[in-house]
Amino acid sequence: MFDRRDLLKGAGLAALAATLNSTKALALDTVTLPFANGERPLVKYPQKRPMIGLTSRPPQLETPFAVFNDGPITPNNAFFVRYHLSDLPYNLDPDKFTLEVKGKVDKPLKLSLKDIRKMKATEIVAVNQCSGNSRGFFEPRVAGGQLANGAMGCARWRGVPLKTVLELAGVQTGAKQVTFNGMDGPVNDKTPDFIKALDIDHATDGEVMLAYGMNGEDLPFLNGFPLRLIVPGYYGTYWVKHLNEITVIDNVYDGFWMKSAYRIPDTPNNAVEPGTAPKATIPINRFTIRSFITSVPDGAKLKAGATTLRGIAFDGGKGIKEVQVSTDGGKTWVSAKLGRDLGKYAFREWKLPVKLAAGSHELKVRATGNGGETQPDTPRWNPAGYLRNVVETVRVTVA
Amino acid sequence: MQRTVLLAIALTLAAAVGSTFAAPVNYKTPDEIAAFKPGPNLEVVQGNCSACHSSDYIATQPPMKDKKGFWQAEVTKMIKVYGAPIDDADVGKIVDYLAATY
Repeated sequence: MFDRRDLLKGAGLAALAATLNSTKALALDTVTLPFANGERPLVKYPQKRPMIGLTSRPPQLETPFAVFNDGPITPNNAFFVRYHLSDLPYNLDPDKFTLEVKGKVDKPLKLSLKDIRKMKATEIVAVNQCSGNSRGFFEPRVAGGQLANGAMGCARWRGVPLKTVLELAGVQTGAKQVTFNGMDGPVNDKTPDFIKALDIDHATDGEVMLAYGMNGEDLPFLNGFPLRLIVPGYYGTYWVKHLNEITVIDNVYDGFWMKSAYRIPDTPNNAVEPGTAPKATIPINRFTIRSFITSVPDGAKLKAGATTLRGIAFDGGKGIKEVQVSTDGGKTWVSAKLGRDLGKYAFREWKLPVKLAAGSHELKVRATGNGGETQPDTPRWNPAGYLRNVVETVRVTVA
Repeated sequence: MQRTVLLAIALTLAAAVGSTFAAPVNYKTPDEIAAFKPGPNLEVVQGNCSACHSSDYIATQPPMKDKKGFWQAEVTKMIKVYGAPIDDADVGKIVDYLAATY
């Protein structure tokens, strides 16, 4: 089947491919995101393809948007990375890894990775999106990670329901919330550790999951190896990485990352007048509904005639009912054909054949969820730059 | 020959699969290349800010109209919220550098 010559030839091709790749990476060593001060390096990390580098310590990587045109599943090596604190468990030993379950439980647990992998596994296809995805498009601009639309991704997660593990531990009467802490932490002990909380009913809904697998492989290190929380439909801030400590509590957790950070205005649409502060806030929770054109980048030049537009849509868990596309700046809309349904938390692909006459066109896409909610024509604003879901526009020139 | 090659492939595969649970991860990030731009009080900024994060956290912030107000608020946040141990005497120097340089 194999002989040495074939193997050598293979090795030669691999080396050639590597050379081509590195040439390509060199030629594309920076990208400019479409907002002021949007220049970013393309960076190469282990287990990742070249990604848009936002920060290096701790690492934050954005997915190049073209990846989303390749299908509804985002490859592990292209999946975005977001950390808050710089002390990462770079040298963690999966053989010694322990997940501790404690607090208001009858039987505190210490589970090894092997213990968890022996339990009955479940899978879910779900989008993870950074709360600050698209923050760079906020006007007026706001402080924080200046991301374009690439801090999102959709993967098939494999693991065990959190519910199963909590039942094993025996949640006591009076439990109100469950907190989640990972192995990453601050370099300064005065910096609040990154700990998140879910209400007990949410934590035991059977969908929230402890995942060790992602798209058929172990989690990449930067996506939370060896275990992370999956909170379908909820922003990534709750998807705690390198998860090793689960605590059941009988009060509402008041740590910094719940009480002060990741808050949205407590108003209809969770928005305020641009440039103003909200009177009251609540913790960020479910995704707003969004849709994107992935087959044509903004500013593209297209040939006149027939072409097929493609893209993706997702929401906070009701599922996508309809995607409409406009090729005339929003005057008229046509329903697109939806792709395969991978579940109500997944990217839903859509496509639509259109005919474009010569001239300038504004292409727009708008999704409607099974709950009837849709996307606004003008952006909503909040001081932290969360929840962006305005109808997106791609401007093209047709000749 | 063929058997040797297959054996080698089998061993390589076994090593690859086994490696997940055989040793610490030892994940290596690329070298940090971003650096603070030259400016007044650069050493004060390097000494204080670099302890917790790379300089690109600063360089990627949006251009604001009120630069001084923006950076004052950021430095205050680092001290009050994240517990950055910055001397009172250094706060003004850091804000001046940031407002002048970014």
